[in-house]
Amino acid sequence: MAYTEEELKKELETKEYEYGFYTDIESDTFPKGLNEDIVRAISKKKNEPQWMTDWRLDAFRVWEKMEEPEWANVNYEKPDFQAISYYSAPKAADPNKTLDDVDPDLLEMYRKLGISVDEQKKLQNVAVDIVVDSVSVATTFKKTLAEKGIIFMPISEAIQEHPELVKKYMGTVVPKTDNFYAALNSAVFTDGSFCYIPKGVKCPMELSTYFRINEGGTGQFERTLVIADESSYVSYLEGCTAPSRDENQLHAAVVELIALDDAEIKYSTVQNWFPGNAEGKGGVYNFVTKRGICEKNSKISWTQVETGSAVTWKYPSCILKGDNSIGEFYSIAVTNNYQQADTGTKMIHLGKNTKSTIISKGISAGKSQNSYRGLVQVGSRAENARNFSQCDSLLMGNECGAHTFPYIEAKNKSAMIEHEATTSKIGEDQIFYCNQRGIDTEKAIALIVNGFSKEVLNKLPMEFAVEAQKLLEISLEGSVG
Amino acid sequence: MELKDKLVSSFMAFENNVDVENPVHDIRTEAIKNFETKGFPTKKEEAWKYTSLNSLRKIDFSIFPKTENTIEYNDVKQYFLHEIDTYKIVFVDGIYSSYLSETTHDGVDICLMSSALTKDMYKPVIDVYFNKVASKEESLTTLNTAFSREGAYIYIPKNKMPKKPIEILHFATGNEASLMLQPRNLIIVEENAEVQIIERHQSLTSNNVLTNAVTEIFAADNAIVDIYKLQNDTAGASLIDNTYIDQKNKSVVKVHTFSFGGKLTRNNLNFYQNGEYIDSIMKGVTILGEKQHVDHHTLVHHIEPNCESHQDYKGIYGESSTGVFNGKIIVDKIAQKTNAFQQNNNILISDKATINTKPQLEIFADDVKCSHGCTIGQLDEDALFYLQSRGIPLKEARALLMYAFANNVLESVRIPELKSRINALIANKLGVSLGFDL
Repeated sequence: MAYTEEELKKELETKEYEYGFYTDIESDTFPKGLNEDIVRAISKKKNEPQWMTDWRLDAFRVWEKMEEPEWANVNYEKPDFQAISYYSAPKAADPNKTLDDVDPDLLEMYRKLGISVDEQKKLQNVAVDIVVDSVSVATTFKKTLAEKGIIFMPISEAIQEHPELVKKYMGTVVPKTDNFYAALNSAVFTDGSFCYIPKGVKCPMELSTYFRINEGGTGQFERTLVIADESSYVSYLEGCTAPSRDENQLHAAVVELIALDDAEIKYSTVQNWFPGNAEGKGGVYNFVTKRGICEKNSKISWTQVETGSAVTWKYPSCILKGDNSIGEFYSIAVTNNYQQADTGTKMIHLGKNTKSTIISKGISAGKSQNSYRGLVQVGSRAENARNFSQCDSLLMGNECGAHTFPYIEAKNKSAMIEHEATTSKIGEDQIFYCNQRGIDTEKAIALIVNGFSKEVLNKLPMEFAVEAQKLLEISLEGSVG
Repeated sequence: MELKDKLVSSFMAFENNVDVENPVHDIRTEAIKNFETKGFPTKKEEAWKYTSLNSLRKIDFSIFPKTENTIEYNDVKQYFLHEIDTYKIVFVDGIYSSYLSETTHDGVDICLMSSALTKDMYKPVIDVYFNKVASKEESLTTLNTAFSREGAYIYIPKNKMPKKPIEILHFATGNEASLMLQPRNLIIVEENAEVQIIERHQSLTSNNVLTNAVTEIFAADNAIVDIYKLQNDTAGASLIDNTYIDQKNKSVVKVHTFSFGGKLTRNNLNFYQNGEYIDSIMKGVTILGEKQHVDHHTLVHHIEPNCESHQDYKGIYGESSTGVFNGKIIVDKIAQKTNAFQQNNNILISDKATINTKPQLEIFADDVKCSHGCTIGQLDEDALFYLQSRGIPLKEARALLMYAFANNVLESVRIPELKSRINALIANKLGVSLGFDL
């Protein structure tokens, strides 16, 4: 063996965040603090119609009266909402520019991140709507999509160009009063993506948005709205990395998915925000509300790979409203050092013959805490509802924790619900077996973890699967003692 | 008046009747303070999310029974395990009935909490054990502590085993329109000792009864403790049963809970494993109908390495009944080599029945095997068809399948007479007679 276990541990602890750098772009940033004027100013900056401003103000007034939720199994210093700047836009931003006009600093940043916009355009057939500090700077493939009638644009533009769609659907799945962070997001969201797939259209490519947090001290409040009209199909990718910063950054996004009759939405996330350093300092707070609603015969599938953030609080959910609708949730959550993750899903069965599948894999290493929190609810009219849940946890080292909080509520006698959970560690004999065959411990662990996560990795689109596998390796390198 | 206020103001009156010089007095005073601050738990609390005490809080319960009531043995014979000889500690409306009881001091102490709390000879034991494992924070437990006066006191010294099982029975005569009872039991089983205890709360009318019981059990090294809880009460009876168990090295404690009746039943079963090579076993069968509500809350805290815990709860829910299962397993950082298993299977046989289940794991050690499984489903249509095609009527076929479903809980009952008694109760509950025992 090339390394001893001690050395492996040490190497991991000292391993700095791979994508930890900071690009200096001149920002147009609002003063810190939050009040009605700031909300109005954001709305004005975005040149929004009156109804949108009112909607934001409504949300803000509700938010003021709400308290931060305490129930999650995480410990962190509460963010000071008055010490955050709620708007920050790179000056060079102009959606109508060509790539050549884009700030070279930005392009350099993408190059460092390994994401070349034009390369992606050509090689991966992915339309990328890049969001840097809340304003979209480059949108590709718009034309190809437009030919199919697909609308894929920043939500701020959608508010201008397709107000009827935004007005009809925004806030219908995640009401602006839903929870503390959703209300905050509704009041101050600066940008995000809007996607509409017309009736009967199968989106020809994977839609992708890369979110990045750049300016220190600015929270990011993204709002995503995906509408799949009758009999349409879309696969949506969301991936994230963030520069290494010393102070905690808040991220409170809202994602709403609407699958109308016979439609299918596949939503995949790879999240790798700065998790804080080995001492648990810094790192991103990720408090996200993600929810989808399924009409008749439709399907929503959430796949997520979570390796980053200091604190994660995220429950992508499905409301299975229509008969024969299907909800799926596949998740890998990896925590290391002082990371804390409280994540899971909610499957609300309301329609007849609805089905849901939950596969959750939690891997905890270092001093991290990893929790699965899920709800499976079968309403009294949901005949023949079917659910299968599986939550497996893998523990590495004796200083981390794995927790499971599954809530199961059945009100219909024809419901079939199964829940299974296991917790274990990587067997010494498994590692020994690999060592014996000339595979060093680190590789052996990567092998075993990959096998453990396979069920979920398989659900990711090709482009993401490769990246996700790499991420798993980076996050866990040498973390086994 | 709200029940809480009534209880708090009655505490003074209660104090006048007991010895205030006793050290237990301080424990009681401390406890009532805690209850006064916290009050009854509400649905806003995570642990009471699915069980509401609101309807009970509005009832005007009498807290101290006015008169001593007697009942004839023949009227209640059916509630005793009369086929075999047992020790009996019987309470009627909360007051000890010497006429119905059979206690002993022959080698082991099977007697009353009231004497243990007041007599000097028990003082060393009370000092060491009383209120030591019971929660000092949980409001209903502290309410019981404040009013603790009567209950069963069982002390089994080293290397001893009582000759026969012990029955603890609480009867409510219904002479009071609404009665609240707060029995407090203390069970100490010393090294290498063994005991079997059957516990039952029975109301003789459908008048309102609310029982808030606390039982503390201490199992020393190598001790073996078997507890059987029979809950088949009338429609007016509600039971909140708090059991706290402290286990030492190599002890084995088994708790079987059979819930077939009552208006509202809440079982709080808490195991603390303060030693190595401990085995904690919880088994339960719940069969409900009407508007009955049963809530099983279990906690196993694995504090030391090399221990095991096994949980197996089966539930069959009919009519408008509600079932709750919340099993929590905590494995501390140093509790390596822990094996913790939890299984909760449920069958819903009515459209109006509800089941809420939450099997929960909190694990801080890495070298452990922990799993939980939970299912909600129906009887297998194919199996029913198979039985029917062999001439077994639908009703019996269904009952047969339900028996089979509950069987692996029943088969670990070690008293054969008790097993057939439970069999009869299940048959009765399912409305069939199979003509055989399992």
